[in-house]
Amino acid sequence: MAEYQNIFTVVQATGPVQHGVELGHGNSPRSGKPFLIHLFGRLGNAQIGPIYLGGLGLASLLCGLFAFNIIGMNMLASVDWNPIQFVRQLFWLALEPPAPAYGLSIPPMNQGGWFLLTGFFFTASVLLWWARVYRRATELGMGTHVAWAFAAAIWLMMVLGLFRPILMGSWSEAVPYGIFPHLDWTAAFSLRYGNLFYNPFHALSIVFLYGSALLFAMHGATILAVTKYGGEREIEQIVDRGTASERAALFWRWTMGFNATMESIHRWAWWFAVLCPLTGGIGILLTGTVVDNWYLWAVKHGVAPAYPAVFPAVVDPALMTGVKP
Amino acid sequence: MAMLNFEKKYRVRGGTLLGGDLFDFWVGPFYVGFFGVTTLFFSFLGTAMILWGASQGPTWNLWQISIAPPDLSYGLRFAPLMEGGLWQLITVCAIGAFVSWMLREVEICRKLGMGFHVPAAFAVAILAYVTLVVVRPVLMGAWGHGFPYGIFSHLDWVSNVGYQYLHFHYNPAHMIAVSFFFTTTLALSLHGALVLSSTNPAPGHTVRTPEHEDTFFRDIIGYSVGTLGIHRLGLFLALASVLFSALCIVISGPFWSRGWPEWWGWWLNMPIWK
Repeated sequence: MAEYQNIFTVVQATGPVQHGVELGHGNSPRSGKPFLIHLFGRLGNAQIGPIYLGGLGLASLLCGLFAFNIIGMNMLASVDWNPIQFVRQLFWLALEPPAPAYGLSIPPMNQGGWFLLTGFFFTASVLLWWARVYRRATELGMGTHVAWAFAAAIWLMMVLGLFRPILMGSWSEAVPYGIFPHLDWTAAFSLRYGNLFYNPFHALSIVFLYGSALLFAMHGATILAVTKYGGEREIEQIVDRGTASERAALFWRWTMGFNATMESIHRWAWWFAVLCPLTGGIGILLTGTVVDNWYLWAVKHGVAPAYPAVFPAVVDPALMTGVKP
Repeated sequence: MAMLNFEKKYRVRGGTLLGGDLFDFWVGPFYVGFFGVTTLFFSFLGTAMILWGASQGPTWNLWQISIAPPDLSYGLRFAPLMEGGLWQLITVCAIGAFVSWMLREVEICRKLGMGFHVPAAFAVAILAYVTLVVVRPVLMGAWGHGFPYGIFSHLDWVSNVGYQYLHFHYNPAHMIAVSFFFTTTLALSLHGALVLSSTNPAPGHTVRTPEHEDTFFRDIIGYSVGTLGIHRLGLFLALASVLFSALCIVISGPFWSRGWPEWWGWWLNMPIWK
């Protein structure tokens, strides 16, 4: 009964470090001397580095560093430059977007200008990193699947911070930078628009989020269970199917009547992961622009029941006081 | 149809936990086994009770059908069928079906000479479900704390229970669980994309190797976990998401009954800030 189950690497073979596949003309040299960490080797590869920096990487890191520092300095300023209070209140601190009155105009630096500048640098950093991911793939003669999956996440980020605020006519709609503040924004957003759980695209997004966890548990577990047959050598198994793939496929076929192949499981994985931010972004973009109250939307379309009114009718205070964006 | 071209040589007897050769056969692509029979039994019974409950309810609208747990006043006792008793029986059937399914996976693993990672992972998911509908209700002293079986009614339950603790995002275990879910999805997209980008290389190139995969990730972030490691990492991230999800709900009520934002007071009031 006692059998070897592949949980972690028991015996580590250490050889010379890998310097990576040769890059063609026009690439920078790689940085850093590779070294081994034994504990990493218990889980996966023990080797750290080298890394390719390059112009795009450097520019992306610089922009990211600007954004990170502007956020940090604004938070530090909000606690009167007290480093102890900065640490104490870190999770509560925020760099907030401009007030609604500024609309889509550029506010003074301390009224949201820093927020917009951060957004600019952060977006630039992410887009430069995207270009870097794309370039590193093509330079190695690989497909650009990683870059396009990354693009789906960038879509969600830009819906939240750029597209939706523009459609709503106000930068104040953007998400604040901060741990608890962005959670507060999420809760307030859901409440303001009649509970996001009734937003069908939010539902789809969660399906793909949980679905991704399910798929990775299924896939990770299946591959680990057939490692004794070389199942982790997936590329080899894709081009020349071996007993590992056959057993992995039959396991699911016998369990649920359907199986993926060694290649198609990675297509399932890619689509589930990509559709999570893709559908989520659609759901956010429609909220407030096309649909004002997802609960009422759901009732109208026969999805949610009309619950009896137990509280007196409430008028949106924003409408009562005549606040204009 | 029912059999893949390489399947015949794998369809051998043995590996069963219970029932010997009696249920050691296939129906179409499905393996049956003793636990296939019990899975079928519990699934049919549970589904039939859901349908019966729906027939006694106010609607056949698929989105709105809901089988609610008993009223809190029933505590941990049995409730009449139409007052939540159905929910109790359906819960028993669900657990019976899930555990049967897991044991059937164990039998299939044994038959195929595979490790037990998949049923072990599934056990974690069952644990999360049992935490929601058994452990937490028992700790809270009433089956009424379980969630209703319905598409939008269970979302309403999540929403309502969340707001009982004012703002559930401040639940530290919830924060960790959500972070793990997002990380799992990120890692899954990276793994899926990396394998696809190797086997579907740039035009004019032959299929790439794991050396290319390692190089790509080392070039990008300075580390490649490797072909074996990514599956351990993915399984770990996915299971951690589920475990912390179970933790975040089981501590809400039994161990913390006030608003979650308030919980963070210990941090703000630590003596080191003085």
